[in-house]
Amino acid sequence: MTSIILLSVLGIVNLFLGFLKSNKILLPAAMVILALVFGANLLDWNASQTYFNNMLTIDRYSVAFTGIVVLSTLLLIPFSEKYVRDGQENLAEYYSLLLFSLVGAIMMVSYDNLLMLFVGIEILSVSMYVVAGSDKRNVRSNEAALKYFLMGSFATGILLFGIALVYGATGTFQLTDINAGIVNPANASLQPMLYIGMLLMFIGISFKVSAAPFHYWTPDVYEGTPTFFTAFMSTVVKTAGFAGFFKLLMAAFFAAKGFWVPTLMAITVLTLLIGNVGAVAQSSVKRMLAYSSISHAGYLFIALIAVNGKLSANAIFFYSLAYSIATIAAFAVLKLVSDQRQREDYAGFNGLAKTNPLLAFVMTVAMLSLAGIPLTGGFFGKFFTFGAAIDRGYVGLVVFAVVMSMVSIYYYLRPIIAMYMQPAEDETAEPVAVSGFQSAVLVLLALLTVVLGVLPGLFSEVFK
Amino acid sequence: MLTAFLLFFPVAAALLLHFAKGNAARVMALGAALVEFAVAVFAAVTAASNMTPGNSEAAYSTFVVNIPWIASAGINFHIGMDGLSLLLVLLTTFLVPLIILASFRHDYPNASAFYALILFMQTGLIGVFVSLDAFLFYFFWEVALIPIYFLAGVWGSERRIAVTFKFFLYTIIGSLFMLAAFVYLYFQTGANGAVRSSDIAAFYNLTLTASQQAWVFWLIFIAFAVKMPIFPFHTWQPDTYTESPVPATMLLSGIMLKMGIYGTLRWLLPIVPLGTSQWGKLVMILAVIGIIYGAIIAIRQRDMKRLIAYSSLSHVGLMAAGVFSLTFMGLQGAVIQMLAHGVNVVGMFFIGDIIQRRTGTRQIAELGGLTKHTPLLSVCFLVLLLGTVALPLTNGFVGEFLLLAGVYQYNMWLGAVAGVTIILAAVYLLRMFQRVMLGPETSFTSTIQDLTGSELAVLVPLIVLVFWIGLFPNTFLRISEPAVLQILTLVGKR
Repeated sequence: MTSIILLSVLGIVNLFLGFLKSNKILLPAAMVILALVFGANLLDWNASQTYFNNMLTIDRYSVAFTGIVVLSTLLLIPFSEKYVRDGQENLAEYYSLLLFSLVGAIMMVSYDNLLMLFVGIEILSVSMYVVAGSDKRNVRSNEAALKYFLMGSFATGILLFGIALVYGATGTFQLTDINAGIVNPANASLQPMLYIGMLLMFIGISFKVSAAPFHYWTPDVYEGTPTFFTAFMSTVVKTAGFAGFFKLLMAAFFAAKGFWVPTLMAITVLTLLIGNVGAVAQSSVKRMLAYSSISHAGYLFIALIAVNGKLSANAIFFYSLAYSIATIAAFAVLKLVSDQRQREDYAGFNGLAKTNPLLAFVMTVAMLSLAGIPLTGGFFGKFFTFGAAIDRGYVGLVVFAVVMSMVSIYYYLRPIIAMYMQPAEDETAEPVAVSGFQSAVLVLLALLTVVLGVLPGLFSEVFK
Repeated sequence: MLTAFLLFFPVAAALLLHFAKGNAARVMALGAALVEFAVAVFAAVTAASNMTPGNSEAAYSTFVVNIPWIASAGINFHIGMDGLSLLLVLLTTFLVPLIILASFRHDYPNASAFYALILFMQTGLIGVFVSLDAFLFYFFWEVALIPIYFLAGVWGSERRIAVTFKFFLYTIIGSLFMLAAFVYLYFQTGANGAVRSSDIAAFYNLTLTASQQAWVFWLIFIAFAVKMPIFPFHTWQPDTYTESPVPATMLLSGIMLKMGIYGTLRWLLPIVPLGTSQWGKLVMILAVIGIIYGAIIAIRQRDMKRLIAYSSLSHVGLMAAGVFSLTFMGLQGAVIQMLAHGVNVVGMFFIGDIIQRRTGTRQIAELGGLTKHTPLLSVCFLVLLLGTVALPLTNGFVGEFLLLAGVYQYNMWLGAVAGVTIILAAVYLLRMFQRVMLGPETSFTSTIQDLTGSELAVLVPLIVLVFWIGLFPNTFLRISEPAVLQILTLVGKR
């Protein structure tokens, strides 16, 4: 709870910092705030408590996922340095929006009541609608914001409708009571309403985590949104979304497993297919990462479907952590490269290994991790999610996912090939400018990925 | 602890190499590789001194390290060496310094990264040979792939990108099947409420039905078949060998190929003996096809490097056939042939590289009459070549004799067909020798120089081994015998 309070208060403080005429203070200030929140959050590890008449529970589950989203933001923020240098007018507001949106993310991982879930999603989404359009003078950014806002509003409406129907069928918003309501024979006649409600809720959440067939906004919005915010969207929003989703399935809908497992399986297969096959066809790295983000939603879904208690929760935690770190690294490199070279396609990476060995190395580690190759966290992320599913007998689904991850190797190798094996198009190309601090963060990201890949035991057992 | 040192020393050295530049990087890398070899020899001597008659396991027990890795899942960092592992570790640590030395004449750009990758690769290879936990094995299996991909892709010749990409896709897709099988087996160890474990012993103790073994066999086999490669999984091989820089080709053919044979011996046969007996015959036929096919295509090659690549394809087919014959002779033959082939093929590629560097061409038709100017080179080439042709008293003879005897024991007809390989090898190799080294000089070869000191330093140890293995094969066969017998026991053929 301290983290929510701190974020809200310090978010406002940060907003007022914007009145100072200097932009230089904003980045360090935001980092200090996030570091404070990260520390305060960890203090709740052994202090499980509920708030607001059991509407919100801060337990290890929520602390762990809050840790991921705050850490992701903290590691990402140094790459907004260009905005500081360019004297971006509204920078304080953007940082504050990120801080506020984290409040929404935390609510999504610690809710015990569907209303809190809804409020959390809304807090997160509204901030995202704004940052998607933050590059005001860019047509594509405007388009992205409008598209995201319209689609997102529909999705929220559908989600709310779903919540209402579930309430109608079970008479409660409280997760554990919903589960009890489902098995209560007195509610048997209300089953169709329950199922429709669940379905609508799934649609709403699938939209937020960009799972097919509700993914169609993702590539365009990711592409139009400034890269810095795209990275935030594809890590924080996804992590919070899946943590919230898992809680919903595990605590509220577990009794109706027979109904939703086939539904989610169809979504998973479709998501994996569209994400991976779609990514193959892209010529822009940013769009490739957008499709890759769709495909990773598919892998996470496998752990959801398993609803394998601690095994699944641990798998989702580990996967989200490994995925977030690798994705931030990839987007960070992409941002640095595309800011300077003014292009986001694969050829923009040509010869990067020669001019910027560090950037090339970090990008390589990130790509290998996303592809799930050993020595990186991504390998064990897939390993644990697939393991949780095989343990429950979903062998066919896992085989399909393995085949799809074979496809993914094709597009994750392309930036590596461009960086190491293609000569730069312009032989006199200047190295991409990277500050010492950014280099340090990049090294940290690569190091974390390797640590996750070599000593997965450190993080694979957070929920006992 | 010796095993852990052997495993981690190269990668530690690779990290340090980052601080060295150019020439210093080479020398450091060579130094590290020599230290590694010395430690491996020390390990072999230790094992030999601990050896008591009739109890081979005690000799190797000091090599075992077993600590929890992902404790909750029953996955351990379990490494160790028996005779089989020890031989392959010796081969790896013996060849890597020679490979590094062989590359001294080339001026590879960004040398520190180049040599760091070779050392990194060494850790991956040794990891494969010493892992006693399925996931650890898979881990190193894939780790070995990353450096070789970059070695071939960054420093290779023109068509390198498409070729290494194909190589990467082939091998990684193959290994993903193996991973699927391991995950399946891992969950089988948890049947009836037992604690799950990915330890090799737990996998050996599984009692799978014949139908389960039938498909698990294929999942694992494909990964090994691609790596070896066995016909028809070989299509990446000639291109990759040709387009890679010489040190990478040497690593691929000299050591990495043995990962597949070793994997078959250690992880495939004992875990799915029923699957092996069900499908073994088909694999034998594929292997024998590969032997003949590789040899026939080798005859038609005009490029020296490609010719050696296809000859390697043919030889590995024979090793695979020997393994699947499931006879004592076949397995022992495969082990000794792994060593012999490693020595010979690395030497042959090196000589091909020397000739190319001096003359600027690898085309057999453009070469000729080298012997007149380069007697030393000629002698070295001939020795290695005769080793490959399996002339008696050379290393190749011991291996091929045992292998063919094993295959013959399994099936007379297959043995007879596989035996043709010796004739065919003589045809393509002697023809190459004749056309490159003898005959009239060409404009390319009239000014060629003989071997330098550092080149001799690479070739002499190789030639010593050609004769050592050829004259005293028991030095090595004795080491692998207990391990081979144990595998045969597990397969139920003894």
